Amino acid sequence: MSDQVKDSPPQVAGLLPAERPLPARTIIPVRGLPIVAVVLVGLVAAIATGSPWALMLYHVAGGGLWTGIDLFVGFVVGPILGRLSIPARAEFSARFMPLMAIIMPTLVAMTLASGFQVAIILGNLDPSSPNHTWLLASFIVVGIMATIALGILEPANIAVLFEIRKPQPNGEVIARLMRRFIYTAGITGAMQVATLVIMTRVGSR
Amino acid sequence: MSAAEATTRPAPQDRVFPPVAPCVVVSLALVIVGGIWMASYFPRRPPLAPPTVLWVLSAALLVTGFVLLARVADFAWAVFGLVWRWALLAYVVTAGLIEFAFVHNGATGAPLALVTAMLVIFALDVATVIAVTVARYQTPPP
Repeated sequence: MSDQVKDSPPQVAGLLPAERPLPARTIIPVRGLPIVAVVLVGLVAAIATGSPWALMLYHVAGGGLWTGIDLFVGFVVGPILGRLSIPARAEFSARFMPLMAIIMPTLVAMTLASGFQVAIILGNLDPSSPNHTWLLASFIVVGIMATIALGILEPANIAVLFEIRKPQPNGEVIARLMRRFIYTAGITGAMQVATLVIMTRVGSR
Repeated sequence: MSAAEATTRPAPQDRVFPPVAPCVVVSLALVIVGGIWMASYFPRRPPLAPPTVLWVLSAALLVTGFVLLARVADFAWAVFGLVWRWALLAYVVTAGLIEFAFVHNGATGAPLALVTAMLVIFALDVATVIAVTVARYQTPPP
């Protein structure tokens, strides 16, 4: 990923029109929103009914995908992307980032809302529970990830999508915004590994 | 603005911009810490003084961010407004989901009011930091 940032500025701005990916008509892929709505309605239903199976499904599926995608993108896709040609990187990013803008917040909502409910049902939030301290640790980990994701990465993602749509994208702006993903990849990765440790610890008690 | 002024206008990334986003991100971090405090006690009633202080600091930072932003002369307000509205809509849904989880589990009274106030700041923070980050790199209309 660092190669990507280092090389991007002059070359992205200088892409020939034929080399540039066609910008989408909307920043967010609107066709994905009904799926998001269905997932969120299902989540509300799971919480309202208190179904342990539905809550666990949302929590495990959402959490597994969230952690898996975060680690895979940060440590597998990112470095590969950095070795692609500039037009290939631009085309990949133009198609990949809008999807991430709706997938990741949905997974986070699924995981956290159902996880909170599971913790209440299992009594893990009770101070007498042996898992209470681990739950607090997971809250702190999630708090750090939420601050980074919502305050730093999501704004950069949306800003890059706006920049890519311009007739002449400013490579320096894109590089500056993309740098945020590199600076935070290590923290996010460490927090995701911590989440795996905490959750497997809680689940095995 | 004349054509000459427009051509000499610095590139968006070179313009001096007040620390609006850092203010709002710290505000977001404080309100998240407050939320963690409240959730860690749930379903018991938590001590409300620490999260109330965090909320006040968070709200003050958000207001500071808006004051700093209002003083920016050359800013793409139309883009800011467009992004802010849609981002706010998205994060109101998220905040509503969190509020639902608390209400569903029997939160009432002052703790619920504080959680609600925190969620309002949360949604405003996220919408604002997204909109500012997008709009600061847009070329304002002449």
